[in-house]
Amino acid sequence: MTKIVVIGNGMVGYKFCEKLRQADPDKAFKITVFGEEHWPAYDRVHLSDYFTGSTAEDLLLAPSSWYEENDIVLRRNELVTEINREEKKVISHTGTEVPYDKLILATGSGAMVPPINGVEKKGVFVYRTLEDLEAIIDFGKNVKKAAVIGGGLLGLEAAKAVRDMGLETHVVEFAPRLMPRQLDEAGSSLLKSKLEDLGISIHLNKNTQQIKGNGKLSGLDFKDGSELPIEMLVISAGIKPRDELAKTCGLSYAERGGVVVNEYLQTIEDKDIFAIGEVASVQNMIYGLVAPGYEMATQVVNQLTGNKVKPFLGYDMSTKLKLIGIDVASFGDAFGINEPSTPIVYHNKNSGEYKRINISLDGKRLLGGILVGEASAYGMLLQMTQNNMPLPPNPEDLILGARGGKASTGAGVSDLPAEAQICSCENVTKGALCKIIEEDGLTKLDEIKACTKAGTGCGGCIPMVNDLLKSQLKAMGKQVKNTLCAHFEYSRQELLDIVKIKEIKSYDELLNQYGTGDGCETCKPAVASILASTWNELITKQDTIQDSNDRYLANIQKGGTYSVVPRVPGGEISPEKLMVIAQVAKKYGLYTKITGGQRIDMFGARVDQLPDIWEELIDAGFESGHAYGKSLRTVKSCVGSTWCRYGVQDAVSFAIEVEERYRGLRSPHKLKGAVSGCIRECAEAQSKDFGIIATEKGWNLYVGGNGGSKPQHAKLLINDVDSATCLKYIDRYLMFYIRTADPLTRTATWLNKLDGGIDYLREVVVNDSLNIGEELEREMAFKIETYACEWKEVVNDPKLRAKFQHFVNDDQGDPQVAFNEVRGQKAPVSWG
Amino acid sequence: MTTTTLLEKYKTTDHTKISTWFKAAPVSAFPENGGACVKYKDLQIAIYNFSRRGEWYACQNLCPHKMQMALSRGMIGSEKNEPKVACPFHKKTFSLQTGKNLNGDYCDIATYPVKVENGYVYVGFED
Ligand code: SRM
Ligand SMILES: Cc1cc2nc3c(=O)[nH]c(=O)nc-3n(C[C@H](O)[C@H](O)[C@H](O)COP(=O)(O)OP(=O)(O)OC[C@H]3O[C@@H](n4cnc5c(N)ncnc54)[C@H](O)[C@@H]3O)c2cc1C
Ligand code: SF4
Ligand code: FES
Repeated sequence: MTKIVVIGNGMVGYKFCEKLRQADPDKAFKITVFGEEHWPAYDRVHLSDYFTGSTAEDLLLAPSSWYEENDIVLRRNELVTEINREEKKVISHTGTEVPYDKLILATGSGAMVPPINGVEKKGVFVYRTLEDLEAIIDFGKNVKKAAVIGGGLLGLEAAKAVRDMGLETHVVEFAPRLMPRQLDEAGSSLLKSKLEDLGISIHLNKNTQQIKGNGKLSGLDFKDGSELPIEMLVISAGIKPRDELAKTCGLSYAERGGVVVNEYLQTIEDKDIFAIGEVASVQNMIYGLVAPGYEMATQVVNQLTGNKVKPFLGYDMSTKLKLIGIDVASFGDAFGINEPSTPIVYHNKNSGEYKRINISLDGKRLLGGILVGEASAYGMLLQMTQNNMPLPPNPEDLILGARGGKASTGAGVSDLPAEAQICSCENVTKGALCKIIEEDGLTKLDEIKACTKAGTGCGGCIPMVNDLLKSQLKAMGKQVKNTLCAHFEYSRQELLDIVKIKEIKSYDELLNQYGTGDGCETCKPAVASILASTWNELITKQDTIQDSNDRYLANIQKGGTYSVVPRVPGGEISPEKLMVIAQVAKKYGLYTKITGGQRIDMFGARVDQLPDIWEELIDAGFESGHAYGKSLRTVKSCVGSTWCRYGVQDAVSFAIEVEERYRGLRSPHKLKGAVSGCIRECAEAQSKDFGIIATEKGWNLYVGGNGGSKPQHAKLLINDVDSATCLKYIDRYLMFYIRTADPLTRTATWLNKLDGGIDYLREVVVNDSLNIGEELEREMAFKIETYACEWKEVVNDPKLRAKFQHFVNDDQGDPQVAFNEVRGQKAPVSWG
Repeated sequence: MTTTTLLEKYKTTDHTKISTWFKAAPVSAFPENGGACVKYKDLQIAIYNFSRRGEWYACQNLCPHKMQMALSRGMIGSEKNEPKVACPFHKKTFSLQTGKNLNGDYCDIATYPVKVENGYVYVGFED
């Protein structure tokens, strides 16, 4: 039995163990792993998720039990302090000695701390381990201002984390620009202004002389005489390979750090000792990314198990940064310096996008490039670079997208060669993915992830894996259908057509004629939405196919109570109506809050109280706000020209008109609108599904904006139109969306996926290229005419009212509902 | 009440050991292809009228995910012909036949036998 000792239970050390056990199911190798850290190997790449809710357990690469199940002795909290090469054994700080036949150094690296005066002060941290993060979070609770030294990849990630903690955040960089290794001047400066928009201050060309403070940190002094008052400092200025063990046992180490190994990852002096991951110096390079580390682990496993070995001759260092909201990517020869090349640059300061691609002088190959602000093409561009794929006739299309209504000319996954590496973390090629799709008949992303591990690392390749799955299934002649679920072999759009043409009015009818089984929680609400969008009948007629919120016409909350949101069109409300809300809330003991949608939410109503509450509201002239539905929510407005000294149009009147026009309109997902009275845009119309901004001449209409987790600005559909034209185009746009979007797809995502994008949409809506304009308007007119307030219906119908009770055999409300008091109002008790 | 003791109150009734048939409510109290909640002593029981299959089911109203009294308000349906309910809160699904959590990440729920006689729905208990 061969004795293997692994020093370091980090990402690469773990991957080595996993691969070795995979290649050695009979367990001919006895594996012992030393890990200095408290936790078993965890996902350092997603370390920052720890700030946004991931727990240490979530980040573990495998649970502790995995090591036992695989007969791996894991010695956590144990630092190896000595390697005795003569006797072939390692010795740990507890005195434990473990003999080896083959030794794997996977000690990774630590943060490089520059020799600045005062680094030992309380409040100075590095950003490398879970413990570092715990300490930062702890300390950060009691301070307000923090700085990060280092404007590189890791430094910016640390800065984002510090900002997420709510601290005033500064980034201090020695070089004249951010991410100097990945970005050129123009890309950096755009990134800088975007970070500044996020509230992060950037200080370039700063050489830190001194970390000041009397015990406690108080600020930084720079060489140019300036200073920065701060209370916490995170140093993220680079990495320093942990080669200390190699040094003491006579193995060579590189000048810039790292254990020197040959292309087979063996140390020069000792063929039984290997170094992999961030501690290995191969051809004088340290690879500070997981993918090359994983490749090293694989090659050492291949050697040990007698499999075919590829020498390690360098690795692609392309990267995409994970800063939320700002895409930054750099790939291949980003600066175009390895061979003569011609750059093509697209720089749009207005939209905040910078894209550069370097093309070979003969115009045939893509050598590398930089993307800031918008990097959706990263995966494809990287593949084109790595696989020397031929360029389209107009290479600028790669970064500009198709223009003038033309279809996109960029290469798709189907053009990639079989050896193209799709998932670089797990080294899965296109060929391997295609094979598994073909031979094992996989049809779902989850299955592919489970089988190949593709997409389980950084996750960056998931869009490509998805595209590949679709194109492969298509190539195999399997129709790739966007089917609703196991019960309907149709897409939403197809079902909508069926419903319309066959005049189907109920879920059961549709299921009987076009589906199988008894339905489920996916197809029921989707079909409910189609039926509502098509026939505009009251949804209470088929209440049990509705999502819970639609079934009870209110949003369900923690504890099982509901919220009540009356419509307040345009956000305009009279004192009398305010008083009614106040009285109702008081009478039923409801928590009140102004919503982000310019209206008032009353929380904490028991289901049996809802009809009574609504009865009082309706008597006072309110109606449902549809806060529960996949339907129009609010049309926000600013005060506009009536009151505002800058206003050029009456935004409030128009917002009310628009909100009343589309109220109750059921759609694939919720819809929001806004109207601003001038270019200052106080109603935030450009973040809405449709946004209207007043101009001197009329209105500019924007479409496809979104807040939420992936915010996106709306795109201009048409400018300077009068009110009637504006409404006509919104009618057409919304109906076109309702007809063609997948379930639960907001307009922004729908528009992103629409072939031809905004230009195509403009063709359809404004130029009526499909000749359906009038039809769409008619459909909308039908919805507007047939609108009725659902709550009014319920309140006036004793049979419907009877559905709102907790027990059907007892008048009592839910005895389980319980509240606490917070700031003088009630709040549900928190759940476990 | 701690969550465990709350959960422990619900125990699947063994069909061979029913001692009480509790008269819950008239058939008309239950929506077609949907559920409603009944009170039995200090228990909350969700009863479903799965009219599409001509079947009735009952289970605890308590969702073990976040201890919410909600399952009666969930949507019902089937997965490979196994009848199931989806909790309205986070759509965890449970088999109505066996009470098994079909997402595989939460504990199972208690189920109860149901019979319909003379327009009334009865639930079976062991006590
Ligand atoms: C009450 C409110 C928060 C507040 O206290 O201000 C709210 C509350 C909820 N939001 Fe929201 N959102 C509220 C304004 C917003 C806004 C701001 C706005 O509308 O200007 C946004 C971002 C704008 C946007 O939608 O593009 C917003 C983006 C979301 C999203 C993310 C949507 C997306 O496209 O990514 C969800 C999740 C979803 O719908 O799937 C969501 C879902 C929810 C739900 C319905 C979650 C749920 O299913 O329980 C919350 C219901 C609370 C309740 O019980 O009533 N809420 N939500 C706001 C109600 C506005 C209103 O008057 O109707
Ligand atoms: C915040 C952050 C974000 C990152 N983001 C990305 C990214 O987006 N993409 C990417 O590719 N890479 C990223 N990286 C880099 C990536 O995490 C590393 O390349 C990878 O973790 C290297 O793996 P490793 O096993 O070589 O080293 P490590 O993961 O550092 O593991 C080495 C382990 O060995 C232990 N050890 C050291 N000496 C001893 C000893 N003598 N005895 C016992 N144990 C010892 C250490 O305590 C450590 O646990 C990021 C890193 C950080 C810190
Ligand atoms: S942001 Fe999240 S927590 Fe806040 S209301 Fe919206 S959905 Fe609820
Ligand atoms: S409470 Fe039921 S699924 Fe979360």
